[in-house]
Amino acid sequence: MNFKMLSVVSAVALAMPTLGAAGPDDDTLIINEEIEVVTKAEPAEHLDGALYEVISGWHFRNDDTQAIEMDDFDNPGMLGVENAMATWNTAEGSAGKSCADCHGDAAESMKGVKATYPKYDEKAGTVMTVQMKVNECRTERMGAEAWKYDAGPAIDMEAMIGSQSRGMQMNVAIDGPAKPFWEKGKEIYYTRYGQLELSCASCHEQNYGNMIRADHLSQGQTNGFPTYRLKNAKLNGAHSRFKGCIRDTRAETFSPGSDEFIALELYVASRGNGLGVETPSVRN
Amino acid sequence: MASGVKPRVKAPKTASAGEVVTIKTLISHKMESGQRRDSDGNLIPRSIINRFTCDFNGTNALDVEMHGAISTNPYFEFDVTIPESGDLQFTWYDDDGSVYEDVKSVKV
Repeated sequence: MNFKMLSVVSAVALAMPTLGAAGPDDDTLIINEEIEVVTKAEPAEHLDGALYEVISGWHFRNDDTQAIEMDDFDNPGMLGVENAMATWNTAEGSAGKSCADCHGDAAESMKGVKATYPKYDEKAGTVMTVQMKVNECRTERMGAEAWKYDAGPAIDMEAMIGSQSRGMQMNVAIDGPAKPFWEKGKEIYYTRYGQLELSCASCHEQNYGNMIRADHLSQGQTNGFPTYRLKNAKLNGAHSRFKGCIRDTRAETFSPGSDEFIALELYVASRGNGLGVETPSVRN
Repeated sequence: MASGVKPRVKAPKTASAGEVVTIKTLISHKMESGQRRDSDGNLIPRSIINRFTCDFNGTNALDVEMHGAISTNPYFEFDVTIPESGDLQFTWYDDDGSVYEDVKSVKV
């Protein structure tokens, strides 16, 4: 065997494990041996063939990480949910009211919320996220201070509210008054930002299933947000994730809670219509 | 003094004699490593859970010593043989001297 042949053999050997190794697997997500979650779905019509299948980020993680999400005791994101449950029942602000005083049992009243948000709000005349709705309640009805966007207590509350919809399929409305916001989000999704000139689509539409340095690229779905990340050991909001992504393109980013990110959250959520809610999910 | 510390244990309520059961424990704790600095550049003092033990009816089943590199909210999963009915006693020792305890009864 000459040198040339050896290098061909080793090149093939080196290439083999990476081929397709970063792609989604075929496992089934059942949380607490009870809640079955849809993690692969038919793409929504508006995607127009951009994805042949919408796939939850859960499929791009290894078996160990996947297992953490499958049991509430193992899932550290549930600690945030527990915190928020205590906040839910605690009176705060000048009106002396708690969330529970109006909304009662969160398991009943908040069921299905995450699946339809962000949502157009008649009264506010704009698209609102769960965190914005929570702050509306806090400032207008409780007389309490608004939480900073994606700050600890706000993220915990969003995770708690989201967790009540686990297993339900994402179904955000993109027609009617939400349409212009959705269009704006779509434009941001396909706009190349930063010195690296990358759009969301460059990675999450054209290259999901490939490696991005040492990690697997997912489709960037939001059905599991807020998500517990092992890398920073806390719950992370969708807007903070957007910010991190845009920062990685070496661009000036928008802020969490900005109009741009609200529109983008709506658009990205609509790309995942049909996927089951996993909040709080566990990711790298 | 670490705040928001809450021990959690998941153990079966019943077992057959001599059965090996799986116990899961988690304690919410910041586990401040002592290596980090605050915004003024001052070292944040170490504050971690440094020891965790599990006893069954007074007999030690597990004794763990922890150091600075253990991540936040330490989680332990381990197996214990249950010879008879009794109590599983879990104890966490904090750097600041606090002791957190939990007890789970298992019936044979």
